[in-house]
Amino acid sequence: MLDSAAEPLLAHDPNGRRSQVRSRVLDRSAPLLQARRTAAPLLLLLALAAMTLVAAPAQAGAPVATAAAPACVADASTGCIVGTLRTSTGDPVTGAVVTAVGPAGELTATSDATGRWSIPVTDPGEYVVTLDVATIPAGEVLRDPGNNPRTVQVGLGASAAALFPLGEPAAGGSGGGDEPSDGPTPTPGTDDGGTQSSSTGGGGITASRVAQLTVNGLVFGTLLALASVGLSLIYGTTGLSNFAHGEQVSLGGILAYVGTQLVGLPLIPSAIIAVLLGAATGWLQDAFLWRPLRRRGVGMIQQMIVTIGLSMAISYVYQFFFGAGPLRIVTETPTSVTLGPVRLTVTTLWSMLIAVVALGAVAYFLLRTRAGRATRAVSDNPALSAASGISVNRTIRLVWVIGAGLAALGGVLVGLYFGATSWYSGGAMLLLMFAAVTLGGLGAAFGALAGSIVIGLVVELSSLWIPTDMRYASALVILILVLLVRPQGILGRATRVG
Amino acid sequence: MDWSRILPIVLGEFFAPTTAAYALAAIGLNIHFGLTGLLNMGQAGFMLLGAYGFAIATIAGWPLWAAVLVAIAAATVFALILGIPTLKLRGDYLAIVTIAAAEIVRLVGRSTALTDLTGASSGLRGNQYKYTFQDASPFPDGNWAIGPFEYAVNASNSWWLRIVGWAVVLLACLLVWLLIRSPWGRVLKGIREDEDAVRSLGKNVYSYKMQSLVLGGVIGAVAGILYVLPRAVQPDSMGRSMTFFVWTILLLGGAATVFGPVLGSIIFWAVLAFIKITMREVVPTTVLRNEQIEQFGWIIVGVTLMLLIIFRPQGILGDKKELAINAH
Repeated sequence: MLDSAAEPLLAHDPNGRRSQVRSRVLDRSAPLLQARRTAAPLLLLLALAAMTLVAAPAQAGAPVATAAAPACVADASTGCIVGTLRTSTGDPVTGAVVTAVGPAGELTATSDATGRWSIPVTDPGEYVVTLDVATIPAGEVLRDPGNNPRTVQVGLGASAAALFPLGEPAAGGSGGGDEPSDGPTPTPGTDDGGTQSSSTGGGGITASRVAQLTVNGLVFGTLLALASVGLSLIYGTTGLSNFAHGEQVSLGGILAYVGTQLVGLPLIPSAIIAVLLGAATGWLQDAFLWRPLRRRGVGMIQQMIVTIGLSMAISYVYQFFFGAGPLRIVTETPTSVTLGPVRLTVTTLWSMLIAVVALGAVAYFLLRTRAGRATRAVSDNPALSAASGISVNRTIRLVWVIGAGLAALGGVLVGLYFGATSWYSGGAMLLLMFAAVTLGGLGAAFGALAGSIVIGLVVELSSLWIPTDMRYASALVILILVLLVRPQGILGRATRVG
Repeated sequence: MDWSRILPIVLGEFFAPTTAAYALAAIGLNIHFGLTGLLNMGQAGFMLLGAYGFAIATIAGWPLWAAVLVAIAAATVFALILGIPTLKLRGDYLAIVTIAAAEIVRLVGRSTALTDLTGASSGLRGNQYKYTFQDASPFPDGNWAIGPFEYAVNASNSWWLRIVGWAVVLLACLLVWLLIRSPWGRVLKGIREDEDAVRSLGKNVYSYKMQSLVLGGVIGAVAGILYVLPRAVQPDSMGRSMTFFVWTILLLGGAATVFGPVLGSIIFWAVLAFIKITMREVVPTTVLRNEQIEQFGWIIVGVTLMLLIIFRPQGILGDKKELAINAH
């Protein structure tokens, strides 16, 4: 009953043990047997990608302004939560994100060009409506922050209003900070980033915009690398595709939020504590979950499904304790600096420095230290490195600690960069991490670094042509294309993957 | 606790349209995973595409049968596009690609650039596309009550939808039962157990996998239609977590079995409803707010998925010898 993993194989086939070993060798490091590819599927996929990329701006060119989201109409089976957002000067707020959580699950809406938003619900009951404050224009604040989130009662066939008045900002509406919702800077990931009004897509391609987006892409790519290097190291040493790695990223952001906002520590100490605690969860996870599973011989696919369950459980634990809304680690408006055509906040510059130092330290560790060489050896061939005296389990433990710590650091810095963190800030990045790791070659740590930079650039620069709220999709299209053309990634060795 | 209030709601979940939709989606996933061993982590993408295809075609004025065909065609094309680059690769690549592709569908669907077509993140309202299905009902309008269960006959969350939904589920079960016993199904099971062995027998493994991916995806698209008929097409409610619920349902009931997905769906929704209602009755709202109870339910789902796959990967009905999850 209790030992289930290897048993089915054994029960079928007396040589099950051997065939398992064989398939593992094949998977990891076996001969350069590239899967044969024909040109036809390649062309088909390229055509698809081209269609996606071409169709999008064509659609964006359509009169978006008139195409306001069909207002919710209440009827026997639908109720509405509605509201209108206006700035303190009375202008409509476009592109603000409102989330309602209630019996029908979690629903979001974006305010249209007239500032109106509506959420149709099919289940009556109490809904907690949250305005994502990071998506309202720079300088605007809620008149009554205690009223966000607020609870509304919705019945079928009726409309319930949830108003979030903005106004009375302390000093002047346009007080200069580079708020995330301003310009092409990414918006916080309370949902998948696609929170802006998309009218910027297809907007003019100017040199300064390209420069700004390139820098944004490099910044985002570097932050993404912090998360994906850990994911790649874990994959390399254990073979596990960790779908719960996004939650490790969120953990860093949320712990930093707890440190600064709930405990009242300054930013730097609470960030350090967040990273240390994040690394500690890596140790705990390996000690109490993954090591026992490896010892039981639970297979890789099963472990992958375990990470999916874990990801689901942890993300709802975050929501349970911290709600579904955005959590601001730092509430002050950041000061920004202008370097030529590019505007960056001081915080972002420091974040970049920290991220580059951390990535450099990982590179030094992998290339120059004994434990780092052991890590690479385990990635290459666990059986052989165990035979040559390396403690495989200790190496894996170390990798979990490093991976989780890097993810937590990434979570803190991403939270600062986007202006807020949330239960989903890591989850939204998860597929980008996978794209980066796959692009770089599964399991190759430096490949993950290179892949992250590429993905960061692609995500930001693609918003030159496609609507901003689709730009994460462009990275995922790249992921699929890479698998088609070069499944081993940019830096990965050509191995048999099929 | 007021059992007379709790029981009807929990029992109502047994045959609710949502239960049928998830059962059908799990049947599709069962063809992928249970029969063929494909790790499809994007079943919600098939469902969302089916829902969009059906709703958009109906809004454009197409009749019911044509709208369903559009949904099926959309899922077929999606499966072909996914399958071509990945079916030759190792299983976890398919997992990453399918989950990414489902996310692409959702991101494109909720993009404000497509507001005219998909209604962006607020989605398409149910009333815009429900009428062809409701008009197809042979019953007179009104309400029927059977015991404590009273629903409208035709409108929205109706008896008509329940009848059609469960009829489709039973048909799909019959299909799976026939497939498992057919030579075609035996090849699929062979692929699940040992791909190389099947290949060495001269079978075109790639083609069989592709057929399985398309068939399961089409069933998923039909499930998507069933899912949105009593509500609205909301891209954000059909994301990654929906796929994970379908997986939990399949593993709960038992992969590679005929009735596992159905049983899994019934137990999943009934137990979830029971936990939530009981907690609402027992725990005062000062301790746990309503949405926290909701989230608590999903935490339990996540933990259940972990425990199931570790301790009982064959689920309730499955046979441990039958299902070798790690065969390749």
